[in-house]
Amino acid sequence: MLTRPFSSLFLLMAMFFLSTSNTLANDQLDEFNPTDMIMHHIQDSYDWHFFDIGETPVSLSLPVLLKTDKGWITFMSSEFHHDTEGEYVVEKNGQKVVNYHEKAYVLNEGESTLKFDANHYPENAIRPIDLSITKNVAAIFLSVMVLLLMFPRLAKHYKKSNKAPKGLNNALETLVLFVRDEIAKPQIGEKKYMKFMPFLLTVFFFIWVTNLLGLLPGAANVTGSISVTVALGLITLILMIFNGSKDYWQHIFWMPGVPVPVRIILAPIELVGLFIKPIALMIRLFANITAGHIIILSLIGLIFILSSAGVAFISVPFALFISVLELLVAFLQAFIFTMLSALFIGMAVEEHEHH
Amino acid sequence: MDLVKPEFGLFFWQLITIIILIFLLAKFAWNPILKGIKDREDSINDSLNAAEDAKKEMMHLQEKNQDMIKEARAERDQMLKDAQSARKRMLEEANSQANEKAAQIIAKAQETIQADKKAALQEIKSEVASLSIEIAEKIIATKLKDDKSQQDLVERMLKDVKLN
Repeated sequence: MLTRPFSSLFLLMAMFFLSTSNTLANDQLDEFNPTDMIMHHIQDSYDWHFFDIGETPVSLSLPVLLKTDKGWITFMSSEFHHDTEGEYVVEKNGQKVVNYHEKAYVLNEGESTLKFDANHYPENAIRPIDLSITKNVAAIFLSVMVLLLMFPRLAKHYKKSNKAPKGLNNALETLVLFVRDEIAKPQIGEKKYMKFMPFLLTVFFFIWVTNLLGLLPGAANVTGSISVTVALGLITLILMIFNGSKDYWQHIFWMPGVPVPVRIILAPIELVGLFIKPIALMIRLFANITAGHIIILSLIGLIFILSSAGVAFISVPFALFISVLELLVAFLQAFIFTMLSALFIGMAVEEHEHH
Repeated sequence: MDLVKPEFGLFFWQLITIIILIFLLAKFAWNPILKGIKDREDSINDSLNAAEDAKKEMMHLQEKNQDMIKEARAERDQMLKDAQSARKRMLEEANSQANEKAAQIIAKAQETIQADKKAALQEIKSEVASLSIEIAEKIIATKLKDDKSQQDLVERMLKDVKLN
């Protein structure tokens, strides 16, 4: 009995799909480029673009900070006038800046327009040192603000009473305990875990909150950008290097208990392994989050590729399903990143029993 | 390839931000939170231990009470026994005393009776003697008309006296 409404809905959908696909396909297919759309959504940009009303984009203008040999160039990103093709030239302190595919280029002296070489690379401009507050940087600051709103409040609770907190604080405390008891203690050990708790807790909650905020419509893809995960992985690497025990280094450079020739072969492998570990961390987080975004965007993009609103009946539930899955992935990736960081740090600080 | 090429700006801001965030949260959140949680766990453990101790103490007290009750009961029994035996002893004592006294009184009375009897007999003897003498005098007066009869009489009388 239950299947009847579903089957009739499907039929309706199919009819709608068939009737509209022919008419719309021809004039819209060449306009819509799904790759561009998806790349635009998962990559960084100078503006924080939310949506368009008709032809007018609604976006947040963010500061652009560039450093060239001739000094700093600062202006608001609205001065690009939403141009990303390098056509609109912003002139500041006698230097000309263009935005080509969300990368700022400073034109060489004497040039007035951006020219491209055979490979479509700009040939008469250089990339300055770019410290702009881009969409992703702004989103990072937003995550930081959320964290600073949540956790000092929880900390205040313990000054007032030593009873268990209620509501949101209770949920946060549970997660803090989760990081302590399920991640830090088992991986690093009872004796040394306290030293790494601030790092592990901060990274866990930063990644989790940023992942969740990234799922909101119009939000930035922060944890899905390699620059961000490189920074996070770098901290894990630094902690591994600076807290490595004598045993750990000995196991890398001069593995005990194996013949000398094997030691010589093992040393470079182990040394590469030291760097591979955080690299695996950064790629895992980046790839998982970016993949999630791409899947959701592809499912939505399907509506426009097939130029049929009927596809929405399939695409939207699927995208919704993936979005809900992403809620899980958001937590899972935060957990895995923290877990593996703790594991790697634990391996580094471990004192071996002498064999 | 733009997707997998790190951007210096974003990397720079992320690194600075996360480091500052770690220190800020460590000072204002993680350390107080972890300390608070630890304190609470300790206090819960302490409370549990204290409760266990109190329970043990109570058991101990109960045992002590039981002992005290047992002791008290034993003491009471002992006291009852003592009292009973004391009563018995006292009764016996009183009895024997009374008996003794009674015996004494009886003995005294018998002595007195004996003495009185002796005195009475003495008196009766002397009375009888005097009566006898009187009677004898009279009989003699009447019967002693001749010597022979006098002699007989004396002899007879002497015989009689011996019998007494």
